[in-house]
Amino acid sequence: MTPEYYIILSAILFTLGALGFLVRRNAIIVFMCVELMLNASNLAFVGFANQWGNLDGQTIAFYVMVVAAAEVVVGLAIILMIYRTRRSASVDEPNLLKF
Amino acid sequence: MTPTPISAAPEAAVAMGGPFLFWVCAIIAVAGAVGMLVSRKAVHSALFVVMTMISIAVLYISLNAPFLGMVQVIVYTGAIMMLFVFVMMIVGVDASDSLVETLKGQRWLALGTAFAFAALLIIAISNGFGSIAPTGSIEAANAQYGGNVQGLAHLIFTRYVVAFEVTSALLIVAALGAMMLTFRERFAPKVSQEEMSIERFKRDKHPGNLPGAGTYARHNAVDTPALLPDGSVAHESVPNALIDRGSERAVNRADVDEVRTISEGFDYVDGDSVQLDEEEGQ
Repeated sequence: MTPEYYIILSAILFTLGALGFLVRRNAIIVFMCVELMLNASNLAFVGFANQWGNLDGQTIAFYVMVVAAAEVVVGLAIILMIYRTRRSASVDEPNLLKF
Repeated sequence: MTPTPISAAPEAAVAMGGPFLFWVCAIIAVAGAVGMLVSRKAVHSALFVVMTMISIAVLYISLNAPFLGMVQVIVYTGAIMMLFVFVMMIVGVDASDSLVETLKGQRWLALGTAFAFAALLIIAISNGFGSIAPTGSIEAANAQYGGNVQGLAHLIFTRYVVAFEVTSALLIVAALGAMMLTFRERFAPKVSQEEMSIERFKRDKHPGNLPGAGTYARHNAVDTPALLPDGSVAHESVPNALIDRGSERAVNRADVDEVRTISEGFDYVDGDSVQLDEEEGQ
């Protein structure tokens, strides 16, 4: 298996995550799509680390995981706060700033 | 650097596990991603994402990154996705997607754009298919400091040590931010148990527990009102819903007499009142 297979799988997963980000309306599912995109980029990093024969790519993937964990904590807290004030987890609901 | 053909490259740098493992994991991962996209309930989406992430973890391990594979299972599927499920528990599992499109035709446009994006990426990657040879052996990099974990630790604490320090600051800020965002300010002081009991004595005629349905009565069904020790009927013991429905069971007069007889210290045998012996009464 050459690394290109892993990169193509990563591209497919990233595209599916981006598509979900665009079409889903539930804020939690939208957030899961972001996680899927991060995972896809991580897969590409690990594939490239395997390709070049050094561990830098794996280190970057590790840092991406840490940042993703921090991002999830804050993001879910924001979703919870919006849910408490607006009683909805839909991304269409907080449109008050529009008008 | 001129790309060398793949045949000249050492096979050692290519992932272990072979094509079979890759194809199985790739199909499961893509199926999980598609399942997350199409499932209507948020919990199903979360479980599909867990499926995708576990198969990606297997791919990490097959790409000579065992530490990242384990971290993927522990952090992503174990911590992050379970956090998602917990938030769904608070927000409500039935908060499913609305089918109303706020932007007209946005769904089809997004589908077309995503398809074009995927086609662009895949064609670009396949253009150079097989032309890039592995430039080094990942096994050698892993073995340099005694193992994958040791090698990663060497990189994290030497070349990427600044990023590591910044990451620790980021984690503290994230924890503080989550606490601050979910903090709810109390507008009234917390009501203590003492104040609650004083309030109850002021408000209700009957501050204690209500008698349970069927106490002293011949039946213990909820529609049977309890009999008080003096033989009177306690209508409060029947749930209000049953009283509203009018299905409170009528009390047999003989039962009331029986209760009164027992409460006065007599044993009730076949309709006759018999004085209890001292031993039997204990």
